[in-house]
Amino acid sequence: MTATDPAVTAGSSAPGGFVKSVVELDRVVIRLAGDSGDGMQLTGNRFTSETASFGNDLSTLPNFPAEIRAPTGTLPGVSSFQLHFADHDIMTPGDAPDVLVAMNPAALKANLADLPGGGLLIVDSDEFTPRNLAKVGYAANPLEDGSLESWQTVSVPLTSMTLDALADSGLGKKEAERSKNMFTLGLLSWMYHRPTEGTVRFLERQFRRKPEIAAANIAAFRAGYNYGETTEAFAVSYEIKPAPMAPGKYRNISGNQALSLGLVAAAKRSGLPLFLGAYPITPASDILHELSKHKAFGIRTFQAEDEIAGIASAIGASFGGALGVTTTSGPGVSLKSEALALAIMTELPLIVVDVQRGGPSTGLPTKTEQSDLLQAMFGRNGEAPLAVIAPRSPGDCFDAAIEAARIAITYRTPVMLLSDGYLANGAEPWAVPAAEDLPDLTGTVDFATEPNGEDGEFLPYLRDPETLARPWAIPGTAGMQHRIGGLEKADRTGNISYDPENHDFMTRTRQAKIDGIAASIGPTDVDDPTGDAKVAVIGWGSTYGPIGAGVRRVRRSGRQVAQIHLRHLNPFPADLGEVLARYDRVICPEMNLGQLALLLRAKYLVDVQSHTQVRGLPFRAAELAAVIQDVIDSTSGAPLAADPTGGGE
Amino acid sequence: MSTTDHVHDLGMPTSNPIDAAIAASVSTQGEKQTALKAKDFKTDQEVRWCPGCGDYVILNAVQSFLPSLGIAREDMVIVSGIGCSSRFPYYMNTYGMHSIHGRAPAIATGLAVSRPDLSVWVVTGDGDSLSIGGNHLIHALRRNVNITILLFNNRIYGLTKGQYSPTSEVGKVTKSTPMGSLDHPFNPVSLAIGAEATFVGRAMDSDRKGLTDVLRQAAEHQGTALVEIYQNCNIFNDGAFDLLKDPTTGTQWSIPLVHGEPLVFGPDGAACVVRDDFGGLRIAETNQVDASQIVVHDAHREDSSYAYALSRLSSQDLRYTPMGVFRSVQKATYDRMMAEQLDVAAAQGSDDLDAILGGNDTWTVSA
Ligand SMILES: Cc1ncc(C[n+]2csc(CCOP(=O)(O)OP(=O)(O)O)c2C)c(N)n1
Ligand code: SF4
Ligand SMILES: [Mg+2]
Repeated sequence: MTATDPAVTAGSSAPGGFVKSVVELDRVVIRLAGDSGDGMQLTGNRFTSETASFGNDLSTLPNFPAEIRAPTGTLPGVSSFQLHFADHDIMTPGDAPDVLVAMNPAALKANLADLPGGGLLIVDSDEFTPRNLAKVGYAANPLEDGSLESWQTVSVPLTSMTLDALADSGLGKKEAERSKNMFTLGLLSWMYHRPTEGTVRFLERQFRRKPEIAAANIAAFRAGYNYGETTEAFAVSYEIKPAPMAPGKYRNISGNQALSLGLVAAAKRSGLPLFLGAYPITPASDILHELSKHKAFGIRTFQAEDEIAGIASAIGASFGGALGVTTTSGPGVSLKSEALALAIMTELPLIVVDVQRGGPSTGLPTKTEQSDLLQAMFGRNGEAPLAVIAPRSPGDCFDAAIEAARIAITYRTPVMLLSDGYLANGAEPWAVPAAEDLPDLTGTVDFATEPNGEDGEFLPYLRDPETLARPWAIPGTAGMQHRIGGLEKADRTGNISYDPENHDFMTRTRQAKIDGIAASIGPTDVDDPTGDAKVAVIGWGSTYGPIGAGVRRVRRSGRQVAQIHLRHLNPFPADLGEVLARYDRVICPEMNLGQLALLLRAKYLVDVQSHTQVRGLPFRAAELAAVIQDVIDSTSGAPLAADPTGGGE
Repeated sequence: MSTTDHVHDLGMPTSNPIDAAIAASVSTQGEKQTALKAKDFKTDQEVRWCPGCGDYVILNAVQSFLPSLGIAREDMVIVSGIGCSSRFPYYMNTYGMHSIHGRAPAIATGLAVSRPDLSVWVVTGDGDSLSIGGNHLIHALRRNVNITILLFNNRIYGLTKGQYSPTSEVGKVTKSTPMGSLDHPFNPVSLAIGAEATFVGRAMDSDRKGLTDVLRQAAEHQGTALVEIYQNCNIFNDGAFDLLKDPTTGTQWSIPLVHGEPLVFGPDGAACVVRDDFGGLRIAETNQVDASQIVVHDAHREDSSYAYALSRLSSQDLRYTPMGVFRSVQKATYDRMMAEQLDVAAAQGSDDLDAILGGNDTWTVSA
């Protein structure tokens, strides 16, 4: 355990007669690793739910292969789930696990390097057969050859104990074996004092139609829990107190869930019907799945024949007065770019959600990256500006979706919402807002019903002087018939125009409209508690957590650093240039090769220092802390009372 | 179906009222004006096709017959792709979108699905719908969304100045195929029937009566209707349909499809359509067969193999061309079914935002 000062707080007498002690920790990082067929994501999600309802703050990092079922027991087939939970507020899923559960040799081999020396390692000894060892190239059994001496290794026959527990269940061996993940969850639930009722209820619900499977899983779960309580293999259990949180109602939420609910809320709060046109793609498909469940809200979800039809149908729906949305990932954005430009030209509201993944091409479908920023900004022919925003955490995807709707409807423009794989699948506790407290978007919807021209005609490109938005007159409204399209439009009338002056004017006007959004977004949000930091770190999107955790460490070491995190990437907040100019040095960590840095340098002539990685995983807080610290020290020298470690999160 | 029935059909669906914001906007103008004249459908935009282009004839035919449908102009939307033919919406005083190459069926689908109260039309060319937009066309047809697709087939890429198209005959010499094109063309009618279309028709630009007749049936059809309109491009593929237009050869080669009538054609009804030995159809000489062998056209036949066989009559001799409605069958439309799912969901569930924000598992932190 890496936690500070573990304190033995209590002892309890196990049924076996010996005394088990309880150690109090402030935070733990657990990683569950197994074969993709072992149900590690489900186990992780259940442990997360138990942890959330217990009241810890938490952050998760699911990590799974793109293949649905890579060959069993092989390295490419390893799936893992990391959960960080604490008695205080945390920002990341943790740099490295304190505890690793390896369900087979492949999971051990793929993950052991990440477990710091002294960490707790729990393995399913039943799976360490010569055949399984050979599959991943272990010449000798690591459980026996002493190679695991640097870790506290507990090898437990998880599979056979599960089979024993289910001997009377009537299930065959293969089927019974599948409950070993629930046995493991039971054991961990005991170790960390997790509430168990939620999981029992979940299993009953999940296997409603197969009561014998529900019963077997619950039996395995209880057996795992009881095993923890009685065995001598685990002498200690751990307590992590609930984190102090603002009073209110909470739930655990993933980014894709939050984004979906944000879209539902935006529809409800604007009074517009939501239309989603989408083509399945990892890691965005869950938004399509989630929205498809909410038909009672009048939401139409359309699984299109391809990405182009996804956005095209959404544009058609927007023309008809709906809030058109399309959801995808990078390769899908590539296919949508021509239609995106049509939405820019026709000036219709549209939300395009890009849940970014590793690229280019098919890239790393299940891994995270933030390398579509420049594509979002510029990936179209012609001068084709649109609004770009990004959420910073799983729960923040909710607010970002509502903000995307606000901009899209108010300014009649496509808005690109850049989520990513880490936000999409990661989860955190979320303070459930009351519907009535959400932004009221009804004011943004003002369908044109009366001609606006001097001669009683309707001018579809006569703009609102303040927002530069054009009127939205929807089919069915008498006297307002008009034609729009991708050919250049004459100012005011919207007729086709090849006039040079008009094209120049319209090009600049479309840009001015997007630039003008800045007037509605407020100043840059700067976190500079002492106000005298000389170094600022700026980021966008899902790096918020790791940057924030890194910044905390740096500040704890006695140094000053400002953190700036951008929600709006196009346009930037109006004062961003001034804000950046206040700092001697600006660091910009990104999970790409420096895309925001490029924009900032180009726009503000600021010597932004880019720090990048594209490993398909979020940054580690410690790494960012070191980078920031180096920059600070090379700018103003190390502070006198520096604590070189900076401590944990 | 009388015109008044049709107006009702296109009116606000009672089963699934469209959402408040839209309804408010749409209903502000009171009674729909449906007693219109052809000129009411014209716009002030100068029509910019080449003089003599078949597109003019089609535009006139559409503008003349639309008033008889009894659809208010504001309830009609024409979505097109890119091509000469796709300029069509600019000349129609309805709502319209001149979109991007090949994507009109997808745009129209989103619109028709979210606004079942509208009459949604697609105008497209042979390149637009069968080349770059082929995928959207076949999926629109199989879904049976309530849209009417007019495919202007001039067997050439007009707007890009005369390259061969997916309907050009093999060996077509164009700028991009100086030694003749190599690829085999699509028969749009066969393709549509293969794609599960519920309505497929074919008409000639210059045949005002035949064209109007097919268009009317297409407009009244509930579901996706595809009408292939042979259109002369007098600049890049002039005379492509002369054989069928010529008063003498025309009767010889076109096979008029009239529901319930025997398929007899040619001068003095000399030719007819009979079943062949392999379950398909073939052309025969009327005086060589028994009258009972002559196929009586049934556009409503559920099984599409009959309509498909009709569309393949040209494989016997490329010149044989059935004209009219090949197939017109009733099937639930995608937009209605989606509206019904929404109704069912609304009846069984609630639209309480607070309830879904909270989800199934919440906990409360007290002060
Ligand atoms: C993405 C894209 N690729 C190519 C073009 C060029 N282009 C415009 S129209 C057209 C072909 C049109 O042929 P068809 O659909 O038969 O229409 P017609 O002009 O014959 O009526 C092409 C290739 C385009 N506008 N967009
Ligand atoms: S090029 Fe052909 S299809 Fe296009 S407008 Fe001219 S004649 Fe008509
Ligand atoms: Mg053509």
